[in-house]
Amino acid sequence: MKTDSRLEKVLASGELAVTSECGPPRGCRPEKVKEKAALLKDHVDGINVTDNQTAMVRMSSCAAGILIKQMGLDPIIQMVSRDRNRLAMQSEILGAYSFGINTMLCLSGDHAKFGDHPMAQGVFDIDSVQMIKMVRQMRDEGLFQGGAKIDGPPKMFIGAAANPFADPFELRVMRLAKKVKAGVDFIQTQCIFNLDKFEEWMKGVVDRGLDEQVHILAGITPMKSVGMARYMKNKVPGMDIPDAVIKRLEGVPKEQQSEEGIKMAVEAIERLKQVKGVHGFHIMAIEWEEKVPQIVEQAGLYPRPKV
Amino acid sequence: MITAEQKPIQEIIGYIAPYRNILLVGCNECVTVCAAGGRKEVGLLASALHLNHLKKGKNIDIKEITLERQCDPEYVEELAPYIDGVDAVVSMACGCGVQTIAGRYKRTPVFPAVNTRFMGASISQGIWSERCKGCGDCVLGITGGVCPVARCSKHLFNGPCGGTSNGQCEVSPDIDCAWRLIWERLKELGLESRYEELMEAKDWRPGGAGGPGTIIREDLAK
Amino acid sequence: MEHFEPEIVAFCCHYCAYTAADMAGSKRIPYPTNVKIIRVPCSGKVDAIHLMKALEKGADGVYVAGCLAGDCHFKNGNLRAEARVNRIKKMLSELGWEPERVAMYNMSAGMGEAFARVAKEFTEIIRELGPSTGRAGAADKAAS
Repeated sequence: MKTDSRLEKVLASGELAVTSECGPPRGCRPEKVKEKAALLKDHVDGINVTDNQTAMVRMSSCAAGILIKQMGLDPIIQMVSRDRNRLAMQSEILGAYSFGINTMLCLSGDHAKFGDHPMAQGVFDIDSVQMIKMVRQMRDEGLFQGGAKIDGPPKMFIGAAANPFADPFELRVMRLAKKVKAGVDFIQTQCIFNLDKFEEWMKGVVDRGLDEQVHILAGITPMKSVGMARYMKNKVPGMDIPDAVIKRLEGVPKEQQSEEGIKMAVEAIERLKQVKGVHGFHIMAIEWEEKVPQIVEQAGLYPRPKV
Repeated sequence: MITAEQKPIQEIIGYIAPYRNILLVGCNECVTVCAAGGRKEVGLLASALHLNHLKKGKNIDIKEITLERQCDPEYVEELAPYIDGVDAVVSMACGCGVQTIAGRYKRTPVFPAVNTRFMGASISQGIWSERCKGCGDCVLGITGGVCPVARCSKHLFNGPCGGTSNGQCEVSPDIDCAWRLIWERLKELGLESRYEELMEAKDWRPGGAGGPGTIIREDLAK
Repeated sequence: MEHFEPEIVAFCCHYCAYTAADMAGSKRIPYPTNVKIIRVPCSGKVDAIHLMKALEKGADGVYVAGCLAGDCHFKNGNLRAEARVNRIKKMLSELGWEPERVAMYNMSAGMGEAFARVAKEFTEIIRELGPSTGRAGAADKAAS
């Protein structure tokens, strides 16, 4: 084991892992973090805490992560390169690890344009691939990015994202290979609605043997309504929503659409369980965390292994 | 070239409101090419300022002059015969020109009439796009001649990010994804394998992180 | 000013509007004498500064008359002229001047009636607006 991460232990045991996420509040209300985390606590192996997601100011992922850690749960703190330079990143990592946070996700982050401070200067001192390498060097070599020795290095289990659906498609396996080369331990993918395309990507991953080097958690998002599906198709960058998904939701009455969305998510998990290289699922129920337990149970992923 | 755009006319009017004798100075270099501050634009701005003063029933004297290069003390010296006769200078050059004038003529206020935007290239008549950030450590040789610092909205050295759609940047469908361009170019050059080489975290010192830059060529400097 | 007679400058393209003015003359179609014609080889030859200078020197209105869309002798001079006219309109608005004091018209060489109609129409627009503030400047300069 490289770390004390519960996620690492579950993955090492060969069981399918389950993670989910919670967006910190847009204000100083710790109880909101705790409420969301409590909804997920028995059904997941790790809880992603987003870092100013969609470039909207929120409680810091590290602080919210600490709140979750103090509940005895397992936060996975996200860190975007948009908001911090390498000094700030490393100090945040030292701080997080000091509170027992041992799992993190390295991301570039949505451009500030999408958020509530579009006038902000994006930092982008290093990119997500370089961030992975930096965190690995901190852990494995006990060195800061600048080369100095760390007095008590943080042992982070290192995650990153992959979007199999953004183009150019032919680069998507290669970019994953770069993250693997940089030292990533696990990957959470973009929400998967186009299962055929995801499987094609996974085939490319397996063909190169990358599945032996990195754990891939397939991203699952339940649709709340056909309106949400249309919005994601048209407005969210890098999203691939096939027309069949929209048709299926249109085919059921409005009040049953959310139930249908959950059914579709469960079906997707069932199908992807069979795909070689998929080592777990990352369930992103956007502002709908209370449904995660139901999805986990219906998909046969409950109870979670004790590690 | 360094590109610029004229400031809103009311901002310029606000700057010169207290003054009557204005020296309006254009530049024959970059701002002429990007039609922001050359001889033509000097004429047009002077005319606009005249119209403004006519409307307000006030008088203004504007001396128009366009220098060969405003960022060069040798040419800025040409303003010396006029400077004592004016209350203020309005410069239509980039920020380098404005500062060269301010540095040379210490008792005369200098106001910028343009906003300096970026280092760019002409795409077609009337269209300029950013191409260089002056990062001080050029990587174009390994990125197929497409700059990830200037042309990727997140300056990614190991792109593309997950926001690319239809080959365009998540920031705007009008921006080409720089990493799509890099990849296409590497393919054309038969250098696909280069894509997977990790590009290391950049040293930003030569590009400004080390403080304002200065170049000293020992063989040329006196 | 009781009897305000606008001073109007019309930049007319040699290949269309200028010939149309000729046509109006030979057909004895009257048009206001307020309009002073400046012949240009192409409406695209008229620069933004020419429009501005005309106003600055005391013209009450100024317009460019070029060929019909697609008929420019030099491919797209008329479109360029139109873009410049629009730019000057915007600049005038920002300066608090009436943008209507500049205009772009299109006509062919055979449209003598159209030339006269445009001249009349524009003169009336300017008459409505009243004398330009540029006149004061022109008077100042004449006096000095």
